[in-house]
Parts: sequence; C-alpha cells; structure tokens
Amino acid sequence: MSGHNESILREPLITGDNITYAKITDDILGPVENKPNKAWWIGFTFASLGALLWVVAVSYTFWNGIGAWGLNKTVGWAWDITGFVWWVGIGHAGTLISAVLLLFRQNWRNSINRSAEAMTIFAVICAATYVVSHMGRPWLAYWVLPLPNQFGSLWVNFNSPLVWDMFAISTYFSVSLLFWYTGLLPDIATIRDRAVGTRRKIYSIFSFGWSGSVKTWQRFEAVSLILAGISTPLVLSVHTIVSMDFATSVIPGWHTTIFPPYFVAGAIFSGFAMVLTLLLVARKVLGLENYITMFHIESMNKIIILTGSIVGVAYLTEFFIAWYSGSEYEQYAFINRSTGPYWWAYWMMMTCNVISPQLLWFKKIRLSIRATWILSIVVNVGMWFERFVIIVTSLHRDYIPSSWAMFYPTWVDVSVFVGSIGLFFTLFLLFLRVLPSIAIAEVKLLLKTASEQAKMKQIKEGHENKEYVAEYVESLEKFDSVKQEDYAKI
Amino acid sequence: MSDIKYILGSFGDPDEMMHGIEKLQENNISIHDVYTPMPIHGIEAKLGIKRSRIDIAAFCFGITGTCCAFALIYFCAVIDWRVNIGGKPSFALPDFIPIMFELTVLFCAFGMVLTYYASTHLFPGRAPRVMDLRATDDRFVIAVDAKDNLEHTVIDGLLKDAGALEIKYNERKYISYE
Repeated sequence: MSGHNESILREPLITGDNITYAKITDDILGPVENKPNKAWWIGFTFASLGALLWVVAVSYTFWNGIGAWGLNKTVGWAWDITGFVWWVGIGHAGTLISAVLLLFRQNWRNSINRSAEAMTIFAVICAATYVVSHMGRPWLAYWVLPLPNQFGSLWVNFNSPLVWDMFAISTYFSVSLLFWYTGLLPDIATIRDRAVGTRRKIYSIFSFGWSGSVKTWQRFEAVSLILAGISTPLVLSVHTIVSMDFATSVIPGWHTTIFPPYFVAGAIFSGFAMVLTLLLVARKVLGLENYITMFHIESMNKIIILTGSIVGVAYLTEFFIAWYSGSEYEQYAFINRSTGPYWWAYWMMMTCNVISPQLLWFKKIRLSIRATWILSIVVNVGMWFERFVIIVTSLHRDYIPSSWAMFYPTWVDVSVFVGSIGLFFTLFLLFLRVLPSIAIAEVKLLLKTASEQAKMKQIKEGHENKEYVAEYVESLEKFDSVKQEDYAKI
Repeated sequence: MSDIKYILGSFGDPDEMMHGIEKLQENNISIHDVYTPMPIHGIEAKLGIKRSRIDIAAFCFGITGTCCAFALIYFCAVIDWRVNIGGKPSFALPDFIPIMFELTVLFCAFGMVLTYYASTHLFPGRAPRVMDLRATDDRFVIAVDAKDNLEHTVIDGLLKDAGALEIKYNERKYISYE
C-alpha cells in the first residue's frame, strides 16, 4: 500500500491538514452519529410530502386503472415510460462510478461511490414503480415472470425486449444492492464499534459480524473487483435493453440502430448530473469539503461534457439518417419532432442537453459550484424532455391522420412524477442519516498517498522537481478547501 | 500471567504495523491475525496467506447462470410451447443472448457474494468477533496468541520498538461478547 509516494503532479483527493484516520471516521460519521440539523429537517419535510403525494397518486392509479392518466388511443405510452427511462438512466452513474472507475483505478471514485450507489438503488426503485403501475393490473405483475402455462398465460415471449428488460432491471437492481451492501459492511462495523446500547445491537446485526481480519479484507477486495468486472457490462446492457424496447419496434423515430450507445451515453450523462445535484448540497451541508473536493466536481463535469457531446452527436446523427434513409415516414417523424406541435419539447431537449453542457468547457463555469449545480439540474430537465420527445412525438401522429392526437397529462400523471422525486429524496435523506455517505475504509486508503498533507510532506522533503511542484501548487488554486497561504512559504 | 489469551499491538500507522509484523516474524513469533480498518495491500504475502480462490467460484456460478438461462428459454420457447411468430424459427439464439447474459451476471454476483459471506462467516446477526474496538476506526491491530508464544515481555518490546501506540493483554478472546 503506502510506503511509496504518489506523483506530485496528481491533484490531492483529500484536502486539509491534520487529517488522521480518526478524523476521517469522525467527519464522515458526523451526520450519522449526531442529531440532524435544520437543513436536513427542512429537506426531509418537503421530500416526505412529495413521497406522500406519490403514495396517493400511485394508489389512485391502482384503484382506478391507468385511465387515470392522460393516455389515449394514439399515445399509449407517455409520462410513465418517460419517467421510467429517466429514473433508470439516473441510476447508471452509481454503477459507473463504483464499477467502471474501479476497473480503471480512478481513485477519485472512492469518496463519491457510496452515495452514487445509494442513488442508483433509489432511482431504480422509482423506475420499478412506474413499470408496475403502468401494467394496469399490478396484481398480475408476476405474469412477466416465466411461469408455466397453467398460471393462465403462455410462457413469456423470450423474443420480446420487454421480457429482456424485466430480467435486466431486476438483475441490475439486485446486483447493485448486493455490491452496495457488501461495500457497506466494513463501514457499518465502524459505526457498530463506536456505538453503545440499542444502536450498537442494531448496527451489529447489519454488520454481519464484520471483523476486519486479513482474510476478510483479502476476499473483500477480490469480491469487489469481480463485482466491478461483471457490473460494467451489466450497466451497459441495462440501458441497451431499455433502448431496445423502442429500437426493435417498427415505429418511425424509434426504429433506430444507434439507440443502444445513445441511450447509454444519455444515462451516464443524466446520472452524473444527478450525482452533482445531490453531492454539491450534501458536501456543503454535511461539511465534507475535504473529501469531495473541487477536483471531484471538475472530473464529474468533464464526464458530463463528454457524454453530453455524445448525446448531441447522436441527435444529429438521427436527423441525418432520417434524411439519408430516404424513408418519408422516418423523415416526417423527425421534421414533426422539431417543427410540429411538440417543437418546444424538442428545442428544450436540444438546449438543455446539447448546448448547456458545452458551457462546461469554460474553466470558470466548471469550477463554480453554483453554475455546476444549476447546470446539473438543467441537464436532467433536458434528459426528461429527451425521453418525452422520443416517446410522445413518435407516437402522437401515427399512420392515419384521423387518429392524430396530443397528450395532456392529468393531475395523476404529474403527481406520480413529482411524487417519485419526493420518494427519491426521502430515501436519500434517510440514507444520509443512518449510513455513512462516503466509503470510510476506501477514503482511508488514500490518506497516506493521495492527500494534500502527504503531498505537502513530499514537497517539504525537497526531492521533487521544482517545475512539478509549481504546477501542483497551481492546480490547487481551484480547490475551495485549500489554504493558499500554506504554499506561499515554500 | 496465565489468564492472558491474546497480546494486541495497536498501531496508528499501517507502515509501522507492517514493520511490526516483520519484527515478530524475525523472532519466530507466530501471528494469530491482523485487524485493520482498511485493506492493507501486500499483507497477505507477508503473512503467507494464499490467494483467494473466490474468482474460480465466481466463474462457476456465472457459467451455471448461462446454462440455466439457456435451458429455461430453450425449454419454454422451443420444446414446451412453440409460438408461431410470422413463421420465424423458434430457436432464435440471438434473442436468447440478453437473458443469458443477465442471468450469468445474476448467478455470478449472488453465488460469489454468498460464498464470500459463508467462507468468511458473515451473516446478519452474527456476534462480532472483535479484539479491539478501535480496529475498525483508526488502529491497526496485530494479535498474537499468548498461549503459543510465552515470552510476553519480548513480544511487548518488539511491538513497542516497531511503533505500537498501545499494547493490550486480553483475557478474553473477543471483547465484543457481552
């Protein structure tokens, strides 16, 4: 592990001086071991009101059927599938951070993976409720499983992407949960060993008797690596299969072979935006500036530029191919998208997803917390519109002009969506209170190599190249948690 | 002296702890186990712990998943109840691949993690076997079996030389038991 130093050219991943192993534990467990502050209570009140709205709206849908939504004969899928794809997409960043970045040995993932994975799980829960409620008869939801014909249905159609999707989403959810929980065990044990009384008993049950012995850790690391290895293709497969729900149909505007990579890029794009939306607030409120630094924020912004640009290229490619295909139906679908009655949704999507992330090329914007936070919300607004545009504008003008229609959401549609956001935040806020929002053990790994104080020590020892040191000190300017005076002396 | 079961050297720094392990080994003192708040890379080699074979288990579970998925789909769609979809063949292998892949991942993940829990004795409600409560926080603890290594003062001295902040003599194996 330690013993050898990390290159001085790399930015520190933990800032602040006098950071010790004990301080890391104290800082991260602060919100778990103390009473919540006012900001948490305000957030929780609003979020749980939202969750309550969700319960009401979903129950109303179950009771009355999906006639409660604004669907009609022409537009048979609207806000439900929009919401579903939106939430599943948001979930993707968590697995990307925890799995893909682990395989690439990106150490900056260590302080954001825990909350990103939690976010994944909550987002997939929100997505799954859409799947169940859009079935119309949710009590027959088990019909999606391959059950023998005596149950009243035939075997499921294994050629259908909707069946693949059921397998993909349920595998994704359960494997993410497993990955997240296994990673949590050492941290739950940390809480357990610091707690007393009932608290200790509760955390003791959930820590599975974790001891931190050599073999436990050795196998833990092997398991994490293999889970990362299998989660990487899994996360790519999930949104690929979600996109196939559309791409394997014959609807102009859906029948597109670039959907899988385009959806995956979009999913990562919106997921990172949601991670930023949550963590920029959490780092401030929970005082975690030393662990989630400006470097982390900048790195995430860079991923947003990349995936946002891929999404932009995909939009343009779709348009080009519609023209190049020579198919008038395909051409009409796209002309209608951008200039038809839903032009505003299309241009909303274009502005939010293609133009606004390009602002992050400017260093000033990329490093401004306020601008980043606003852009992260803009991106997710845009990504919601993307799904709405794909789904509704492709459907609303079908083959017979007499059945052309518009989609108007009812209060139930709106409430299910707004409520699902409330549910998501309720779960996330509860998570912040009972479990550590940063992977404690993984951050401790970075202390002796990648922390600011370790690098400061390296500089003071005087063996480093002067130019490198100057470059390093310059790179620290962007950090809001670094005291520049300390570097003026050396 | 005879009540002492384990001698614990509690270190504040992983490198010093590694140094402590070396010192003990040079003096032929066997180490019971080491408890740390984070994984220590290279410690397995030092303590002579063999490479984990969990990857083999993971592969076996994964391949089982692939086979199960194929068998299920083949049975349902080809043997038990063929559905005529525009006269297309029932045995459409490309369509089987997504589910075969998903179940490979599912079986592999659950099989491997449950194997891990079983082999490491982790399950909900298991009484934690903790020798030093700070070993999950900020201390790196070397545990030496006091019954097998009788020169307690020597061990004490070696651990202190290596930089141990604290030496504990535990009369019970696990202090976490009530």
